[in-house]
Amino acid sequence: MHNAFTHTYKIQGGNIYNAGKASTEIKAILKQLGIDTTIIRRVAIAAYEAEMNVVMYARGAVLTFEVTPIIIKIIVDDEGPGIPNIDLAMREGYSTATPEMREMGFGAGMGLPNIKKNADNFKIDSVVGKGTKLLIEVYIN
Amino acid sequence: MEKNTRSIKIIDELCDGHMTCMRVCPTQAIRVKQKKAILLEDRCIDCGECVRVCPTSAIVALTSSFKDFSKFKYTVALPSPALYSQFGKNATPASILHALTKIGFDYSYDVACASEAVSIAIQEYLDRCSSPRPLISAFCPAIVRLVQIRYPNLLDNIIPIESPMEIAAREVKNIKMKELGLKASEIGVIYITPCPAKMLSIKNPLRKKHSFIDGAIAIADIYNTLLQALSQANGTGTREDVRGLGLGWPIVGGQVGSLKAEDCLAVGGLTDVIRIFEDIENDKMKDIQYIEVHSCPTACVGGSLSVENPYIARGRVLRMVSTYGSEPCQDREKIRALYQKNFFSLPGKIAPHPVEPLDKDIAVAIEKMQEKQDTYDKLPKIDCGVCGSPTCMSFAEDVVIGRSSFDDCIFVSMKRFEQLSSTLLETVLKHSQKLEGNVESEKL
Repeated sequence: MHNAFTHTYKIQGGNIYNAGKASTEIKAILKQLGIDTTIIRRVAIAAYEAEMNVVMYARGAVLTFEVTPIIIKIIVDDEGPGIPNIDLAMREGYSTATPEMREMGFGAGMGLPNIKKNADNFKIDSVVGKGTKLLIEVYIN
Repeated sequence: MEKNTRSIKIIDELCDGHMTCMRVCPTQAIRVKQKKAILLEDRCIDCGECVRVCPTSAIVALTSSFKDFSKFKYTVALPSPALYSQFGKNATPASILHALTKIGFDYSYDVACASEAVSIAIQEYLDRCSSPRPLISAFCPAIVRLVQIRYPNLLDNIIPIESPMEIAAREVKNIKMKELGLKASEIGVIYITPCPAKMLSIKNPLRKKHSFIDGAIAIADIYNTLLQALSQANGTGTREDVRGLGLGWPIVGGQVGSLKAEDCLAVGGLTDVIRIFEDIENDKMKDIQYIEVHSCPTACVGGSLSVENPYIARGRVLRMVSTYGSEPCQDREKIRALYQKNFFSLPGKIAPHPVEPLDKDIAVAIEKMQEKQDTYDKLPKIDCGVCGSPTCMSFAEDVVIGRSSFDDCIFVSMKRFEQLSSTLLETVLKHSQKLEGNVESEKL
């Protein structure tokens, strides 16, 4: 059996004030575990993008964070509109962001592709009208 | 290798265990044990916030004093341009430089002019080099230390350009060596500093072996004598006044204001700086070219060893910039040529100094992290600090690594006490009932 650290975070949709809090905490935990900084950077970017997607588009989500000596795993399970066409959403530059979101520097259509780019393993499931579930895995060695 | 390093020190005999320092420390580097503050040196960034707030003046900056300079044949005062903002309207930079030579220094040399040169060098670097953006300014040593400890990912973003104080020190040493026929070691160049962090960069300069500066004296330590010297001189100086945009460097926005580049930010205060660094790590600042960062909210004019109200000082700097700023003190083309010859560049990497992980073995570290979380979940989560750690989370960590005992939490021990006393009460009651029963049966 592996040692594992698990923690869950509730992310509120639309709560821009607290946006990025979970990914900041995750980053701090990984730093305290002495994990390589380039790996931390990748996890941080992926977690932040995933968290921002929830804040921007969903009603809310539970983010489960797990780390073992081998792997860092993040699952983001949201309640929200879902994504009708995942292939399209995975394309760089594709975005459904409103002009207001773009003003804030979001919605460059880099979110999901950026998560995928930084993850060793990435899965996405979505049901329109119900929500989206992301699995992000980054290997430690 | 980094030697014994911190430039602040807690004097045990003066410390009453007030906890004020522990609460303001932005990197949670202070604990209070047995009514004494303890500095966790690997976390301290020498920002001086604790020096500022200590009610019993038990935390001091390890700056130099005049007697440290008796070994030099010739001494040069190198005042931070923040010093120009510390006195009244009539005190011009030239009169302040002049007054410094009346209080014990053989000579004084302006740094603001070197700041202007460094501004030009930064602009050149921004125009020519494609290293990771945003570039982070390297001139607040507390900030650089923060990056080393907490954001080692961002070390490559720190601009590899020498600081104005080092450039000025190198220059004045060369001038005086030629002029007086002295060796470099015989000339003491002393920085007049607004904060303890500058001392850090003198003791442990980044990307090179030795600083060109030989010591630092706190503005607060020479303030009174300098004020007297200034009033005796009736505000008149014997030299030409300092000019150029370098005068703006000690306030937030001063560096950025002297750059041509767009998409630059100027940030003061560690809370905001930390937010910016988190954003950079999250890939959110890619469009920004350069970030000027200061650990003090009002930058160097508000350093913990300065004297004047930082907002008044800021106003004075702005006035100085509008009076003397428009006329440059440097020839841009000449500085460009020097830049080409690597006059400003600092080669080499800055070493990361991350805080020790919970354990070197990642499996054990993970176990301890879980333990820390479980401990935290049992705490009141109100960050009262009575335990001697600044937050419940830091206390949980202290418990896990053995720095504190779980009972140090007053809420935990109160609960224990309650449980203990109710068990005690129960036992007493049970025994007294038994006793009464025995008495009753004896009567029968």
